[in-house]
Amino acid sequence: MDYTFRILRYDPLKDEHPFFQDYSFRTEEKISVLEALMDIRNEQDCTLAFRYSCREAICGSCGIVINGKFDLACRTMVDSLKSPVIIIEPLPNLEIQKDLMVNMEPFFEALRKIEPYLFSEGEMLEKGYRIEDREMDKIFQYINCILCGCCYSACPVASRDERYLGPAALAKLFRYVRDPRDKRPFSNWSKINTESGVWGCDTVFKCNEVCPKEVRPADGIEALRRKLVVEKIKRIFRLKR
Amino acid sequence: MLSQDILVVGGGLAGLAAALASDPRLKVAVISKVHPLRSHSVAAQGGINAALGNNPDGLDDTWEKHAFDTIKGSDYLADQDIAELMCEKAVSAIYELEYLGVPFSRFPGGVIAQRPFGGAGFPRTCYAADRTGLVILHTLYEQSIKKQVKFYNEWLVTKLVVKDGQCLGVVVYDLATGDIIPVRARAVIFATGGYGRVYQRTTNAFINHGSGIGIAYKAGIPLKDMEFVQFHPTSLYDTNILITEGARGEGGYLVNNKGKRFMEDYASSAMELAPRDIVARSIQTEINNGNGFEDQYVHLDLRHLGEKKIMKRLPGIREICINFAGIDPIKTPIPIQPAQHYSMGGIDVNAQCASIVDGFYAAGECACVSIHGANRLGGNSLLDTVVFGKIAGEEASDAVKGSKKSQDEERILLDEALGMKKRIDEWKKKDSGEKVHRLLNRLKVIMSEKVDMFRNKKDLSEALEKISELREDYGRVHISGKCLRYSQELVNIIEFDSMLDLAEVIALGALNREETRGSHFRVDFTDRNDKDWLKHTLVALKDGKSHISYKDVNITKYEPKARKY
Repeated sequence: MDYTFRILRYDPLKDEHPFFQDYSFRTEEKISVLEALMDIRNEQDCTLAFRYSCREAICGSCGIVINGKFDLACRTMVDSLKSPVIIIEPLPNLEIQKDLMVNMEPFFEALRKIEPYLFSEGEMLEKGYRIEDREMDKIFQYINCILCGCCYSACPVASRDERYLGPAALAKLFRYVRDPRDKRPFSNWSKINTESGVWGCDTVFKCNEVCPKEVRPADGIEALRRKLVVEKIKRIFRLKR
Repeated sequence: MLSQDILVVGGGLAGLAAALASDPRLKVAVISKVHPLRSHSVAAQGGINAALGNNPDGLDDTWEKHAFDTIKGSDYLADQDIAELMCEKAVSAIYELEYLGVPFSRFPGGVIAQRPFGGAGFPRTCYAADRTGLVILHTLYEQSIKKQVKFYNEWLVTKLVVKDGQCLGVVVYDLATGDIIPVRARAVIFATGGYGRVYQRTTNAFINHGSGIGIAYKAGIPLKDMEFVQFHPTSLYDTNILITEGARGEGGYLVNNKGKRFMEDYASSAMELAPRDIVARSIQTEINNGNGFEDQYVHLDLRHLGEKKIMKRLPGIREICINFAGIDPIKTPIPIQPAQHYSMGGIDVNAQCASIVDGFYAAGECACVSIHGANRLGGNSLLDTVVFGKIAGEEASDAVKGSKKSQDEERILLDEALGMKKRIDEWKKKDSGEKVHRLLNRLKVIMSEKVDMFRNKKDLSEALEKISELREDYGRVHISGKCLRYSQELVNIIEFDSMLDLAEVIALGALNREETRGSHFRVDFTDRNDKDWLKHTLVALKDGKSHISYKDVNITKYEPKARKY
C-alpha cells in the first residue's frame, strides 16, 4: 500500500511559518505510525524531529495528532487509518520546538502546582498501611495516566487560558486526595476552588475523548467539584455550631 | 562551567532513587536523554520482590529464602553477600515505596498483594496490577518534584571524563540547542539502563542503546559478566512487547501446537514458573522442533483465568494484546516468543555501587554488583534499582564530602568537550558515507544470529569478526542532516560507538566462557563447570584493546548445586 505522509514541519529558528511536507511511504506490513515516521526519518529526511521511547503506549512520549485525531503514534496502526493520505501534526496549544516536538513545560508546570505527591501522616509504619483493595480501586482509573499531555493539548479551556491547570493535573490531584493514605489539609487542595482550577472546566469532555489510556480526567474534575461542595457545607455547619 | 556535587545520569528508577537518596545539602542534578517519565523503567509490569509473607501461601517466607532463590536462580554466579544484602533490604524498601505513595494492589485485610513469580519458592512479588513500573516511576518522579530535584532533560552524555583515577565530570550533547557542554561533578552516578536494542528482538524501548555502559568502558572501567543476556520467555510475537511473567504467575499456561503444556518436559515441578533462562530455552526448543505455530511462536493461554481475573490483575497485558496484536486474551491465546529483555552484566561496581574510578558509581541495569549472576529472577530488577539506586546516592554523598577539587579540572573538561565537537564536525563534513541506521540494523542481525540464546564457538568467533568489520564501516559514518538541534541521527551515531563495544564485550565473554551457566548456553559445552568457571568475567579497555580477566564469586553459605525446578 502506498501512503502520503503529510507532516507539519517547523523549526522556529529558521522557518517563518510552519508548513506541510509530503513524504511517500510504502508498506505491506502492519506497522505503527511511529515506525513509519522512523523509517521516513532514516531513509528520507534525517532532520525530521519527534519524540518516542517505549513503543508500547506506556511512556507517554509520542502524543501527536493523526488525521485530526489525538493519539499515541506508537499504538496507531497505519492501515487502521484507512486513508492513503496521513496528516501528522504536533500537539496543539503548546509551543513547537521542532517539527512534532512541543514544549511540555506548561503541562508539567501545572502538574507541579497541584503538589502531586502523598501527604503522609506520621512516620513510616514497620508493617505498612492497611488499605482494602476496593479503596485502591477508586484511584485505579487515575493511576493509568501516563502524562502524555494529549488531554491538556486538546482542552479548549487550557488553550484560551494559560492559567488553567488542565485535565491531567486536576485528575492527578483527585488521585491523591482520594488516596486513603493522603492527609493533605483542605486548605491545601481547596486552592483549586477557582476558575483556573476545577471551575474552569467547560465540561465538553474533550479530555475524556482524546485520552489514549481511558483515564477520563473529567471524572476526576467533577469528583473534586463535588468534594469541594461537600467540604464547604460541612464547614458551614461546623461554624454555626 | 556548570558544576554539581553529584550528577546522576539517567532518570529511570535507579537514577531517581539515587537522586532522592543524595544528601539534600549537596548540589544534585539528574541528566537524562529523555524526560524521566519516558525511561524504560515505566514499562516494567509484573512486580517487585520482597519477603513480606503476605500471601496465604507464603506466610513462612523470609529474606534468607529470597536470597537463596536469587542465588540459585543466578546459577550460583551471584555474589552471595550482595544478594543477601539486597533481599534483606527488600522488605523495608517496599514499605518505603508504599509510604511515598506507590498504589500497590492489596489482599483482603489490606496488606500489599503478592503473586508467584518464576524461580521463587514463595509468592513474594508485590504488584500494582500489571503496571508496577509505571506506578513506581511516577511516584518517584513526583517525589523528586517535592524535593525539587534539578533535571536536565534531553541531554545525552557522550563522555565520562576521568583523570588519574578520579572522575571529573561528563561531556553532554544538549539536544535542544545542539551544543556540546562540559559538566563538572565531584561524583557521577550512572543509572543509564540496558542495551536491548543491540538485538533484533527485544522487549526494550527504542531508546535502550546502552551507551552509558559503553561510555564507562571507554573511560577504562571494567564491564562484568556481559555475556549473560536475559531473554524473556514471553514477548508478544512480532512486536516483542513484554508480556509479564505475572501472566504465568496468575496461572497462565504455555502451550505448543499439539495443545500440550510442554513445560512438563523441561521443568516438571515448577512448570511455567521455572526461571526465565529455562523457560525461554524451552520455548525456543519447542519452536525449533516444529512444535510452534508458523515456526515462530507458542501460545500463552490465559483463557481459563476468566474475564474477571484478567481485567483485575492483567489489564495492561490485555490492552497491549488488543492494541498491538488485535486479539483479546480473554478469548484467544497470546502468541509469544522469547526476546532479549535484560542485561545481568554491566559496569563493575562493589556493594557500595563504587567503581575502580574515584567518584564514579553505577546502579540499576547498567551496573553489575553482582546480584543476578547468570540469570535474573523476575521481580528482582525493580528491587535492584530502588535498593542500589539508594545506596549509590548515599555513598556518593558521603564520598563527595571528603573529596578535593583538582586544579586543572575545568581545562581538562573543556578539552574533552572540544574533542567531541571536532568529532561531530568530522561526521558533518562528509558529504557521503555510511548511514548509522543501516549499521545498527547490521549489528542487530549479527547479535541475533550469532550471539543469541544458543551459542557456539564458530558463531561467536564470526560475530567478533563481523563486529570489527562493522567498526571499520563506522569510521565512514556521516551526518546527513546538517542541523544538530534535536538530531536523533547524531544521538544514534554517538551511541553506536558504545553499541559496538558492548556487542564485542558480550561476544568475547561468551566465546571465552566454555561452559553453560544460566542464560549463557553453549551447545558445544552443555554443562556447568564450577571447577573452571565459577568466576566473574571482567573485560576492560586497555590501550584501545579489550582485555579479559576473571575474579572469584563471593560464596557465603550456599554451596553451588545443580539447579532443578
